Amino acid sequence: MTMQIVHSGPVTSSDETVRAREALARDNLRTEPKAVRIAVIAIAIAFLSVFVVLPLVVVFAHAFAKGIAAYLAALAEPEALAAVRLTLLVAATSVGLNLVFGLVAAWAIAKFDFPGKTFLITLIDLPFSVSPVISGLVFVLLFGAQGYFGGWLRDHDIQILFAVPGIVLATTFVTFPFVARALIPLMQEQGTQEEEAAISLGASGLQTFFRVTLPNIKWGVLYGVLLCNARAMGEFGAVSVVSGHIRGETNTMPLLVEILYNEYQFVAAFAIASLLAVLALITLIAKTVLERHLDEGQGANDH
Amino acid sequence: MNGGLVSALAARRRTLPGFGLTMGLTLSWLSVIILIPLAGLFLKSLELSPEQFWNILTSRRTLNALRVSFGLAFAAACVNLVMGSIVVWALVRYRFPGRRLFDAIVDVPFALPTAVAGVALTALFAEKGWLGAPLAALGLKVAFTPVGIFVAMIFIGIPFVVRTVQPVLQDLDPEIEEAAGSLGASRWQTIIRVILPSLAPALLTGFALAFARAVGEYGSVIFIAGNLPNVSEIAPLLIVIRLSEFRYADATAIAVVMLVVSFVVIFAVNRLQRWAQSRIPAR
Amino acid sequence: MTIEVKNLVKTFGSFRALDGVDLKVESGELVALLGPSGSGKTTLLRIVAGLDWPDAGEVLINGEDALAQGARERHVGFVFQHYALFRHMTVFENIAFGLRVQPRAVRKDEAAIRARVKELLDLVQLDWLSDRYPSQLSGGQRQRIALARALAIEPRILLLDEPFGALDAKVRKELRKWLRSLHHEINVTSIFVTHDQEEALEVANRVVVMDKGRIEQIGSPDDVYERPASAFVHGFIGESIELPVQVEGGVVRLGDRPLALAADGLAPGASRLFVRRHDMLVGPPGSGAFEAAVQHVRNFGPVQRAEVVLSGGRTIEIDAPRDKELRVGDAIGLEPRRYRIFAG
Repeated sequence: MTMQIVHSGPVTSSDETVRAREALARDNLRTEPKAVRIAVIAIAIAFLSVFVVLPLVVVFAHAFAKGIAAYLAALAEPEALAAVRLTLLVAATSVGLNLVFGLVAAWAIAKFDFPGKTFLITLIDLPFSVSPVISGLVFVLLFGAQGYFGGWLRDHDIQILFAVPGIVLATTFVTFPFVARALIPLMQEQGTQEEEAAISLGASGLQTFFRVTLPNIKWGVLYGVLLCNARAMGEFGAVSVVSGHIRGETNTMPLLVEILYNEYQFVAAFAIASLLAVLALITLIAKTVLERHLDEGQGANDH
Repeated sequence: MNGGLVSALAARRRTLPGFGLTMGLTLSWLSVIILIPLAGLFLKSLELSPEQFWNILTSRRTLNALRVSFGLAFAAACVNLVMGSIVVWALVRYRFPGRRLFDAIVDVPFALPTAVAGVALTALFAEKGWLGAPLAALGLKVAFTPVGIFVAMIFIGIPFVVRTVQPVLQDLDPEIEEAAGSLGASRWQTIIRVILPSLAPALLTGFALAFARAVGEYGSVIFIAGNLPNVSEIAPLLIVIRLSEFRYADATAIAVVMLVVSFVVIFAVNRLQRWAQSRIPAR
Repeated sequence: MTIEVKNLVKTFGSFRALDGVDLKVESGELVALLGPSGSGKTTLLRIVAGLDWPDAGEVLINGEDALAQGARERHVGFVFQHYALFRHMTVFENIAFGLRVQPRAVRKDEAAIRARVKELLDLVQLDWLSDRYPSQLSGGQRQRIALARALAIEPRILLLDEPFGALDAKVRKELRKWLRSLHHEINVTSIFVTHDQEEALEVANRVVVMDKGRIEQIGSPDDVYERPASAFVHGFIGESIELPVQVEGGVVRLGDRPLALAADGLAPGASRLFVRRHDMLVGPPGSGAFEAAVQHVRNFGPVQRAEVVLSGGRTIEIDAPRDKELRVGDAIGLEPRRYRIFAG
């Protein structure tokens, strides 16, 4: 048997063949030459750096361009504080509404079978594919002076457009799908057995929901609320259309960024923008953490 | 007897309580927030005669705005298709320092409020900006030109291709690449003939979603666009302008066209996904 | 084409998947690698194919160093456990793939490719599925298409990883016979991996039994069944009775009872006695090496399976022919017709 080794020559391990073999060993058919790998990674990093990292950095650089004092002073402006308050109010209202709706809709869709289910999910998804400007426009057409309900609202002295209710409506519209979308697949995957067991053990519907369903979907709920909140606080186009830009009254933080920017108050504009950017970063970090929890939950269900 | 069976079946199907209540609430809330407002838009557009509708859409400014929005959105989606593929390949297939960070960063355009993105991109690409200055020196003006719109649309489209393709690439059976290799295919042939076709439905979906998002995008675009009528004015901005001029009919007509196009795109995406799943069922 | 591996070592982290494996497969053989999961059999197969690389050792295909070539150059047909068919291609395109990706200089023209694919579809008797997609095929059909695809490149050798692992029992049995006759027809040197002893014994010319990264025995199906070379092989193949015994001064003891069994040439110390269930002959008390009492009897087709208690308290199961009916409570003698004693 050893004869064959001697016979076949190249098997004797000179440095060259050893190196050639190491190269082949690395090439396990599922990867590319090193130069290609480096080029791909470099392009990916360069692309993400230019289009994502730099814009983020610019926000903070401009916000602190004139020092921390100027930054803090900009944030302490009454206008800024009013915008923060309004943003929090609008987000809390919209997220609350969509949380309740999301739970209710997910229960109906995930736990029961009925015809037209796919269509209903498509309808819930609709706001994702509507331009933010159009999301605002539809409410102007309903509640504006020339809108369908405009006359009636004026007669009864109810202000929706260019006021907080309009902003809440538009925000609710654009954030409508988030919670439901996070919960429906999760609850579908978990099936109905646990709930059926709870009912058969004598639990009421609400007891079943709060004691069995909710603990199973709590990470999903948080995930949906998180994304819903981020969008609610950051929404610009839809809110811009319905707000009327009344200073100190109907300006949310994104709208104030626009106003200050157009007035060349760059430090102030970027100071507000930096708050929103921090919100986005916190959202992303929390999202990553939640996704890990959700993955683990799924893993637990699989096994 | 028969009735007993039916009710037994019904009881079996609806063991859990609350279907009527939750379904009722769902449909009501959906109607109030989504369906009635959207129906209002279409009703409003019906008030226009076909001629009026046609005249609004074919006016020079509208046509140009639609051209800018759709044309640049398409171009940006193409860039995202290519760059997104490269990014997703690097994130899924390679290990490099900072990979997890860059993976998380892909979602920034989802999470960053559009107005913030708008002012940031403008500052970055303005003639005195960090990137704008060197580009201007090379003779390329980005901010306040259609190129700026293009840049902003690339920004907001980044997550779509990456996030739709990523799970598919991750779940791709490693054996099919080994099979291709053992049948004699070069790495390039394996990528082109085996991997790319497997990713094609996800790539197209990501492309379509990026396109749909860019067409309707407003906040991140208007700051950097320059907003010159007929040159760098996007359709959503024209809607806002028409609204502020109280020309509701014009705004409605443009909105209806944009809405119909994005519905068609979403419908096509759904069909594409269903088709891909029927042909290539998940294992 | 011969396949030869020498002193192959492969570790995954701290796990030794292959621990010095030597094997030679002669031209035209159909060899089974048999072993429990984790025994290293798939790793060995993948290294021969060029899908994995050893830490040390040699792989020779037809006497040439195969480790100097990547999988692409080796011309090895590999059939994956889960088939690895290209889901976006029709059956026809799957089989044609290996022909279409050949370098332009040697690539066949379209007509020749079509003819070759047709030939292979006929060979695996599935020509009517040519335009289907893999998702439209049954498991057995996918398996045969995967085989046809591997054969399309006229491989020098054919490797199959658990070829019937994902199929249900009935299809499995049919495909075994089919693979055997197919191998007879094409006569390509082939190795297949299996954890199913029946499959290995029925299909292969030679069986390689592996455990913990080592080869325990290489031999014909008869060899490994009738003359197991190690305790592991005896225990793994066929149903065996295993008893812990002591060898002292030429005497085999079970507990403190000496057994009337030859112990020539056995090393003294703790050992294990192996007997096939059907090799325990039942006689009257005192007629054999063991005394036992019948505790439970069930009929299994031609045999009766009895649970018996040996004197000393150990319970074993034996298979006896149905001619002499055993009854619960019977006192019997048991004489092993054939047995093996392994040290350790």
